[in-house]
Amino acid sequence: MNKTIISWLQVLPMATILIAFVGIPLATVVSLSFWTFDGLEYYPDFTFENYTKVFSSWVTWKIFFNTIRYAVITWAIALVIGFTVSYYLVFHVRNLKIQIALFLLCTIPFWTSTVIRMISWIPFLGREGLFNNALMSAGFVDQPLEFLLFSDFAVILTYVNLFTLFMIVPIFNAMVKINPNVIEAALDAGASQIQILWNVIIPLTRTGIALGTIFVMTLVMGDFFIVRVMSGGQSTSVVSAMKNNIDQLFYPQAAAMAVLLIAVVVFMVSAILRVVDVRAELAK
Amino acid sequence: MSKPGEILLDKVTKKFGAITAVDSVDQVIEGGSYCCMIGPSGCGKSTLLRMIAGHETLSSGRILIGGNDVTTMRTGERGTALMFQDYALFPHLNLANNVGFSLKIHGVGKAERQERALEMLERVQLAQFANRMPSELSGGQRQRVALARALIMNPQVLLLDEPLSALDEFLRLKMRVELKRLQDDLGITFIHVTHTQPEAIALADKVIVMDHGIIEQAAHPRVIYDQPHSPYIARFMGGQNVVTGTVIKAGSERIVAEAADGAKFDFATKREVAVGEAIRFSVRRDKIHVVPRAEQDINAMQGEVANVEYQGTFVKVGLNTRQDDEFIIYMDDRAYFENPLNVGDSVISEWLAEDVCHLLGENNSSGD
Repeated sequence: MNKTIISWLQVLPMATILIAFVGIPLATVVSLSFWTFDGLEYYPDFTFENYTKVFSSWVTWKIFFNTIRYAVITWAIALVIGFTVSYYLVFHVRNLKIQIALFLLCTIPFWTSTVIRMISWIPFLGREGLFNNALMSAGFVDQPLEFLLFSDFAVILTYVNLFTLFMIVPIFNAMVKINPNVIEAALDAGASQIQILWNVIIPLTRTGIALGTIFVMTLVMGDFFIVRVMSGGQSTSVVSAMKNNIDQLFYPQAAAMAVLLIAVVVFMVSAILRVVDVRAELAK
Repeated sequence: MSKPGEILLDKVTKKFGAITAVDSVDQVIEGGSYCCMIGPSGCGKSTLLRMIAGHETLSSGRILIGGNDVTTMRTGERGTALMFQDYALFPHLNLANNVGFSLKIHGVGKAERQERALEMLERVQLAQFANRMPSELSGGQRQRVALARALIMNPQVLLLDEPLSALDEFLRLKMRVELKRLQDDLGITFIHVTHTQPEAIALADKVIVMDHGIIEQAAHPRVIYDQPHSPYIARFMGGQNVVTGTVIKAGSERIVAEAADGAKFDFATKREVAVGEAIRFSVRRDKIHVVPRAEQDINAMQGEVANVEYQGTFVKVGLNTRQDDEFIIYMDDRAYFENPLNVGDSVISEWLAEDVCHLLGENNSSGD
């Protein structure tokens, strides 16, 4: 058999999967976004009407802004926690066994389903929840804190709880690859801990930070369930707005919104990849 | 008044839990000298180096550099620079920024930093690669970058942790010459940790041989090689056979000893010994002659040829004798090939009394 055919055969399985499960759905969504819907039936078409509707509605801008706000806040908190936890695990826990044990501890929440972990916050944060009861019986507050549940606070708290591990893992992975002698070399040059952090550790973990950022951003941008449950229906994300459209059978409009969301996410990810050459650094 | 770069170790001790890595070491290393620390792995040489650099705290004792007590001073402030065995270049910085890193840490402006880094790179002939990343360099080039980075702050003392061990044989010999030349140029103290004897002998003004956390002998390489202090030094530095015997005639200057098989040896001693005392002495392998019949009944040993290895400039002949240690003779290649030996031949080896060194030290370990 000649080499070209062999190469094609080697590519085939992956290509089939990608085309079947990514290519076709994506093409469907894109083409659907140009169709028309008269309330009863869908007509294949090539109209920009759906996009015009999406763009001209201030609600769209609001929910995009809201989703990006969630994503950025969650990302910032996850980054700080993820970096700190990794830093502690790598540079303070010198014993490999303890390091592995603590790392596994971070993954314990993942032993149960996302939904259960999310729902568990409700009895904890509610008006009559554990936390409020504890605060009141300790005498810190007279009235239960309202903002704890069904609020932006609850949404972001849940995001951070669910997604921080996706930040910890890549940062940890990048950090353990740092040669300890490189840090000693910086010490030898007279650098303080802060200078080492800034000039050595952060630059050398930027691949991990970039990967973690991509994970957290895309996870938050793609969520509709957490927002709906934890905000008590008061807040909307792009995807939950899309879901509303779908529930009302406005498929073409939902598709247009989906294309817009994909564009935003692709733009963000490619911006990150422009700054950090993840592939080249992972190959090291 | 001590010279800049003079290092004084005062009862320096380092304990890791129950293990004593460095045990009350006293030593003065002259400013501007080239000092090599050598010993088997785990002997404490690297720990001692790291304590001088400030990367390891002392359990007790003091370290003075150029007359200043630096025992508790931060690393990077004590006028030392350490060059790491794996070079430890910053993988995310180009050569100029690697070399200029210390300057950046000490708040030197960007333009001056770049200029001084380039000057230093010029010195190690790498200025044309200033914008390359360390991963784009060969091992020898990386080593020169590490050297440039260590020297940028004009340290009083350059500490080198097995600097040549990552290089291949050819480069190692070349860089060895470079290091010596650099040290002559700069006139600062170099402390070089190695586990390669020829490296230590070739480079050092002073060789410090360590074992089990203590200094066994510290002296000029010629003294170390020619007059080893203990059987350990003789074996570890190589080039010597260690022979055991019992004193049968004691004297103030010369003594006579007898080996288990009745062979007798006489040689000069530096210490009073008593008749009946077990002593060890070393004989230079390259000063031993092989003769078919003994011409003298003293300073000779009978043995059977066990192996012969041609080494290019000499021939290494191993003898089976009644001694515990292997007995090796370095024969002149021309003399050997005029009269080749076969494995199993019984020969007599003999030497002159002045090529014998009485080993005073107790350390009888094999050195590996």
